[in-house]
Amino acid sequence: MNNWSSLFQFTPDELVAIRLSLKVSIWAVGTSLPLGVFIALVLARGRFWGREFLHVCVHLPLILPPVVTGYVLLLLFGRNGPIGRLLWETTGFVFAFRWTGAALASAVVAFPLMVRAIRLSIEAVDRRLEDAAGTLGASPSWVFATVTLPLILPGIIAGAIIAFARSLGEFGATITFVSNIPGETQTLPTAIYTFTQVPGGDAGALRLTLVSVAISAAALFLSEFMARRVARRVTGL
Amino acid sequence: MNLEVDVCHRLGTFTLEARFTTNGGLTALFGHSGSGKTSVVNIIGGLLRPDRGRVVVNGRVLVDTALGVFIPMHSRRIGYIFQEPRLFPHLTVRQNLLYGRWFTPASERREHFAHIVDLLGIDSLLERGTAMLSGGEKQRVAIGRTLLASPHLLLMDEPLAALDEARKAEILPYIERLRDESRVPIVYVSHSVNEVTRLASSMVLLSDGRVVATGTVQEIMGRLDLVSTGASYDPGAVLEMRVSAHDDTYELTTLRSVAGELRVPRIDLGIGTPLRVRIRARDVILALKPPEALSALNLLSGKIAEISPLNGPIVDTRIDLNGEMLLARVTRFTLDRLGLVPGQVVYAIIKTVAIDHRSLAHVRPMPSDMNVDEIDL
Repeated sequence: MNNWSSLFQFTPDELVAIRLSLKVSIWAVGTSLPLGVFIALVLARGRFWGREFLHVCVHLPLILPPVVTGYVLLLLFGRNGPIGRLLWETTGFVFAFRWTGAALASAVVAFPLMVRAIRLSIEAVDRRLEDAAGTLGASPSWVFATVTLPLILPGIIAGAIIAFARSLGEFGATITFVSNIPGETQTLPTAIYTFTQVPGGDAGALRLTLVSVAISAAALFLSEFMARRVARRVTGL
Repeated sequence: MNLEVDVCHRLGTFTLEARFTTNGGLTALFGHSGSGKTSVVNIIGGLLRPDRGRVVVNGRVLVDTALGVFIPMHSRRIGYIFQEPRLFPHLTVRQNLLYGRWFTPASERREHFAHIVDLLGIDSLLERGTAMLSGGEKQRVAIGRTLLASPHLLLMDEPLAALDEARKAEILPYIERLRDESRVPIVYVSHSVNEVTRLASSMVLLSDGRVVATGTVQEIMGRLDLVSTGASYDPGAVLEMRVSAHDDTYELTTLRSVAGELRVPRIDLGIGTPLRVRIRARDVILALKPPEALSALNLLSGKIAEISPLNGPIVDTRIDLNGEMLLARVTRFTLDRLGLVPGQVVYAIIKTVAIDHRSLAHVRPMPSDMNVDEIDL
């Protein structure tokens, strides 16, 4: 009995890791979503030179070992990296060894999954509906806002949820790029990893594992629920 | 209202070279599939940018490739009713109907929501989603949605082609009301002779991307030289007639025009109502003398005006009935046996039962300013 009640006694460090993980994932998804929709549109509909190159670039983090992605981020966005230094000198903004860097790593790794889900929903849109909207007086941006966007909403939700889940699980790129600093860059996976490396850390690892499972399951349920609601709406029932 | 089209466009190996003008009413773009009808309306509507040419509606230049003018489709104020209804699945029927209206400047909203809903009989559908509507209901909603955008010109690309006969019969009266009650000119694409006869005030005949002829329905349908160019359609002339009497005992209606009298199965229309009757060439029998003891009720006399070129077993003849034209299809053997030659007086026999509801069209009197310019190619 004593064991069970102590299982859910979170230590302050653990609570910080949970909160940080949620924060990192929400920021990662929230900031990359508009870009994800844009890139998905470009990949689904754009006909331009270099489209294949863009496709490969976006999807590279999906197949690269996450450690490689993390190292490339460190080279580019580290304090001595070309982009990292420019950002530091012009705006004072830092990614390296900060939670913002963890969010960047998560976003980059989850981005291909997000783009793929959104792109598939864009390709499924009946473009004849967009022509119909155009003949009814809607300019291209209004057509996008009133026809395309509502129709791809289930895809956007699915893309956001899968990216959120992937961000939550991000380990390799995060630990390589921003390390494993409690309170700053220690997220759920890196915290679990730390627990497994120290004697007597089993209880903490189990606690955080259960939390991970709970958050992921909740996200999936939410996405199913949302997707079904939106799908009912967009199929005209 | 005036529409001027003069465009050239290449699509793969197909070349479209269309030039015509129309003034108001319902203009049918007629021709078989692949003749370029849809490309023409797509160019008028702005869905297709022609390689060369001009499109002018009511003096407003929409396309002029020489001057580099191309008004995008959303600024053209041209309604387009497609073969499929293309309703927005994420909106209710009411929201669909109001979609185009929302983009129309308030001062230019001519059509009243309640009036259109009433005209199309879609009152009970307003709060429904679009998925459960029948094909005919969807197409009526699509028509209403387009009308509520108060277009200056209405394009209809085979709006009935995707519907079965029952649904077609459901929609046709609404299109007729539209033609007669709203002042919006309509360009109607079709390959159905029945639809064109029933709806069109004038027609443009397209074949292989070229305009073969333009004119009134009677003119085009009564021209022998177009029987072959008009391709595989079942030739038949169109007569403008009026209801002159009803026979209650035998349930027949008599129609009259300068061509003579026709008795047809009873039609419930008042005396004097103008009607358009299409008589298929193959339903006409020719005789040199008025026949006796014959079951067919309709006998019209006239003169042979023209005989089609004598090749193959079948010959089409054009018969002048006091100025109205009738086409009759006979065998070449008959032609020789009876010794039919242009100028000869003949009697055309038409079975009453060959004229059914599909051969008849209720038309309003032609507006006096209606005319279609003939274009030489």
